[in-house]
Amino acid sequence: MKTFHDLRDKSLQELLDGRKQGLRVVGTYCAYCPKELILAAGAVPVSLCGTREEPIPAAEEELPRNLCPMIKSSYGFAITDTCPYFALSELIVAETTCDGKKKMFELMDKKKPVHVMQLPNVQDSEAALKMWAGEIQRLRLRLEEQLQVTITDEAIWEAIRLVNEERQALKAVHDLNQGNPPLLPGLNLLTASWTVKFASDQREVIRLANQLVAEKRAQAPQAKSGKPRVLLTGCPVGIGSEKVVRLLDELGADMVAMENCSGYKTLDIVASEEHKDPIMALAEKYLKIPCSCMSPNPHRLELLKSMLHDFQVDAVIDLTWQACHTYNIEAYDVERLVKAASLPFLHLESDYSTSDIESLKVRIEALLEMTDK
Amino acid sequence: MITLGLDIGSVAAKGVLLAPNDKWQVVVPTGWSPRDAGQQIIAELTRSASLERLQIDAIVATGYGRISVPDANKSITEITCHAKGLTSLLPEVRTIIDIGGQDSKVIKLNESGRVIDFAMNDKCAAGTGRFLQVMAQVLGMDVSDLADAEDPSETVSINSMCTVFAESEIIGHLAQGMSRGGLIAGLHQSVAKRVAGMAARVGVVGPVAFTGGVAKNTGIRRALEEELKAPLLTPEECQFTGALGAALLARNL
Repeated sequence: MKTFHDLRDKSLQELLDGRKQGLRVVGTYCAYCPKELILAAGAVPVSLCGTREEPIPAAEEELPRNLCPMIKSSYGFAITDTCPYFALSELIVAETTCDGKKKMFELMDKKKPVHVMQLPNVQDSEAALKMWAGEIQRLRLRLEEQLQVTITDEAIWEAIRLVNEERQALKAVHDLNQGNPPLLPGLNLLTASWTVKFASDQREVIRLANQLVAEKRAQAPQAKSGKPRVLLTGCPVGIGSEKVVRLLDELGADMVAMENCSGYKTLDIVASEEHKDPIMALAEKYLKIPCSCMSPNPHRLELLKSMLHDFQVDAVIDLTWQACHTYNIEAYDVERLVKAASLPFLHLESDYSTSDIESLKVRIEALLEMTDK
Repeated sequence: MITLGLDIGSVAAKGVLLAPNDKWQVVVPTGWSPRDAGQQIIAELTRSASLERLQIDAIVATGYGRISVPDANKSITEITCHAKGLTSLLPEVRTIIDIGGQDSKVIKLNESGRVIDFAMNDKCAAGTGRFLQVMAQVLGMDVSDLADAEDPSETVSINSMCTVFAESEIIGHLAQGMSRGGLIAGLHQSVAKRVAGMAARVGVVGPVAFTGGVAKNTGIRRALEEELKAPLLTPEECQFTGALGAALLARNL
């Protein structure tokens, strides 16, 4: 696990050193960004998604207070220039996922060039797929222009194979928790899924993931865990916004899985290597992501249903960041799904601050008491 | 087995001492130190029961101060404790509405008295005892006198959810010469609407019980029964259900 803990700092150093030798860095904010194109352009994609409270007051000087903390944190890091990865990025790739983000990106573009991809909000339509493929092609041209390179089909295929392999390796890390006892404590699962977004080398991620899986399997304890097994769904969580994960740990639960986009949501979606056109392969892959910005979004419920079974879940927490309307509304359907499986369900609405720790604690504790474990 | 349950709320700390065939209970103001309140209750209960501290087999603490009691063997949330305490008194109840000093909660139970769902007020005083306390102050009264002074025939609707804004609204109404009784009825209605909204999210199944310190206010009970269109059952000692549940759960330790 230590290698994962150190990955972020190590990558930063490598990126800083590499930058001097002409390494190019492109910032991303979301799982919808087809990072294969950035890799195919010979650049390094890094995630800039804000997961910390610190820059929020600065962001609130320009953005409304009643906005999701993830958007405020991301914007705050950008305008205060306190994120080294933002500083390293020469271009930002963004998507029109939710209203808050797309309007924020308009402001961010004044600080640094932001390429916004127009993401359709439906998944099962030919027109949407065609439009999205067009947007991916448009990103390809923008990257070629910005980085002064040619992105060949062959380079994209190579990147597709690499990212597919990375997805599978990371999925195996998450799947360590399917059995009893779960092999990766909740906070470690979070750390592993968060730090890889800063990796300077995808091959290093694959290597670390495979190594972790091998180690954990070899050292797997025999004794079962009697703790309640909790699945976390809803908005993404990272280091800095991990209070619910931390509370679960403190209150004696095993957080066995995270369905959110910082966790399992994107892991079993791989690009088909059978396609003729790599752009179409990417378009199909990314449009499948079951984010609440899709309407309707049935695949999130399907994924949740299979995860409840695969991870032997005892209770579900659906975490909505304040003012995230799409996840907040979907909580209704998630609640019905979880209750139909006769499992205790808790919907939490919170932000990155620690002001509500006590009230979160009593709710989570009561949820755990409902599991009888 | 002799057990003790402590329910350290934001305003009042409640304690129940259970012996096989006997029960003692006490309530003290929580004050600034939940820890001291807990110790005071243990001392008072052991004195009334003529017991030594060591004769108590297990202590369970609940309420927001549950983690501040060093003497407790275990802390259990007020959700589970209220459910346990209430169903020991009124086993047929399927929904509990509890309004305390800083929290209001709705707890849904299945046929065997297990908690299957709950909802609590968000980080806000609307729909809690604190809201009534602040408003009583504006009206120059004690919170315990509100119910007797209400006049539902002249109910003035209070629209602000926020305690601070509601205070300004009341002051505005007073300036316009509205009757105090009508305003109080409006306040009761405001709390009832807020809590009924929360209950609707969980889904109200009867019979419904109403507990917590605020359940002593007959005006709130009237307004809440109107909102829920259901009669509310209240055990005689509605303030002690959490502590009683804690004492009963301590028997399993």
